[in-house]
Amino acid sequence: MEFEPVIGLEVHAQLKTKTKIFCGCSASFGAPPNTHTCPVCLGMPGVLPVLNKKVVEYALRMASATNCGIAHESRWARKNYFYPDLPKGYQISQYELPIAVNGHIDIEVNGDGKTIGITRIHMEEDAGKLTHDPGRPVSMVDFNRAGVPLIEIVSEPDIRSPREAGAYLRQLRAIVRYLGICDGNLEEGSFRCDANVSVRPEGAETFGTRTEIKNLNSFKHVENALEYEINRQIETLMSGDPVVQETRLWDAVKSRTTPMRGKEEAHDYRYFPDPDLLPLVIDDEWIREVKNTLPELPTPKKERFVREYELSSGDAEILTASRELADYFEECFREFPNPRRIGNWMIGPLLGLLNAAGTGIESSPVSPHHLARLLQLIDEGVISGKIAKTVFEEMAASGKPPDRIVEEKGLVQVTDTSAIESVVLKVLSRFPGEVEAYRSGKDKLLGFFVGQVMKETKGRANPKILNDILKDRLR
Amino acid sequence: MKITKEEVLHVANLAHLHIDESSIEMFAGQIGTILEYIDTLNRVDTKGVPPTTHAISLTNAFREDREKEHLDRESALANAPEQEDGNFIVPKVIG
Repeated sequence: MEFEPVIGLEVHAQLKTKTKIFCGCSASFGAPPNTHTCPVCLGMPGVLPVLNKKVVEYALRMASATNCGIAHESRWARKNYFYPDLPKGYQISQYELPIAVNGHIDIEVNGDGKTIGITRIHMEEDAGKLTHDPGRPVSMVDFNRAGVPLIEIVSEPDIRSPREAGAYLRQLRAIVRYLGICDGNLEEGSFRCDANVSVRPEGAETFGTRTEIKNLNSFKHVENALEYEINRQIETLMSGDPVVQETRLWDAVKSRTTPMRGKEEAHDYRYFPDPDLLPLVIDDEWIREVKNTLPELPTPKKERFVREYELSSGDAEILTASRELADYFEECFREFPNPRRIGNWMIGPLLGLLNAAGTGIESSPVSPHHLARLLQLIDEGVISGKIAKTVFEEMAASGKPPDRIVEEKGLVQVTDTSAIESVVLKVLSRFPGEVEAYRSGKDKLLGFFVGQVMKETKGRANPKILNDILKDRLR
Repeated sequence: MKITKEEVLHVANLAHLHIDESSIEMFAGQIGTILEYIDTLNRVDTKGVPPTTHAISLTNAFREDREKEHLDRESALANAPEQEDGNFIVPKVIG
């Protein structure tokens, strides 16, 4: 029997506000434990939470960018559970009336487009961080993260393969980063994903029993964990056993999912409206304002890059992976209007350099202005394409402008015909045997002579002029 | 009886309360009485009335995204039964 997987994803994106969702504590990452706290986020008696307006604005941006319907009135709810990561004994979240519902985004897998529905987006507060002591029966609690704003984005069960799940997540991450509302860092936990997955016989209408997978902190983990879990469920069914509805953890070291202990499953959140927080009312004007200030999003930008710059879909995809990368490209283009060559230099040497250094385009040692200038130097015949690679490496190492490097290192291309000619003659006189062989038909030796002359001129001879002279002299 | 012994134990468990076997019946009775009292509301016809979540008709109280002073760490930890390296210490939980 053939089985079909059904996948839905829940994504938590930490919002990049300066302060927490309900108090004025800093929301920044990495401070010493419990230094970003106040009576509100510590859950002291008698305090009142007050909503950070920026959180609503960011949630609205996301809702708008994912084509959601925005609720004119939404409410806050308490999600009650006992776990020491939240000092109040409940998490403030949204339940019955979330800020946004019924959206969708478009993804692409192997060149095929597909639309994935978004069930809902809601706002909530993050929990504190627990560290477990391996040697003692205690856990340590740091409340710096308690109250940091999150949006949870819940997809429809529209995803049908681990690759689609990966594409959906990458697209969602690109959107939050384009919107400037979340830095999308899976490793540091500012962009987290839980996956719901079930399998059913191909063609079936109803869903199978699902499991939820947690602890997925990279795109690779999400795809690998889903792959594993789908196969596990199929094998379970084939051997005549039922799939048990449960939460499972992905173990990246052993490459498998294992059930979470039963205790964690006994959740009864007893949601109820939070009386401390007023209903949130969003009028059409606010929604319009957000819509009008949305930046160009990844998919439209990619399509425009294909249309306007005649780039391949693959190249456009890479160059629009982040807003900064796309801006870099367009800045280069303004000074050097040859999109394909900019694309080649960015996707090749530049991204190679940045990936090796593990940094993003925003901290590139080579500015768009300098890269454009380098390409101009090639066009102007000042340096050859080959020498440009050397200059680029030096630009990356020193951050200096290309003109200065060319001048300092004496890399200016030799276009003086007589200067090249004298080197050619020197080389030909050194290799009489090869000259003879070439003249009797071994055409391939031309490359050998080019190489020798380039060696003599440290690669600076203009290749075209050199070729012409060589051919002429070897006739 | 509005509420069973099992439900009393479940709720106690969720609330991390320990109750004696001997008092389960008493709590079941008391909670039952409270629930019956609340049920009085069911006699009111609420057709077409949206559920009330707030008794006052205010909406939208916001603060700007501006940082305020934090509590100093000593004060934050002052009520902690145990602390270490600036952390609250709690009995081990596994997440």
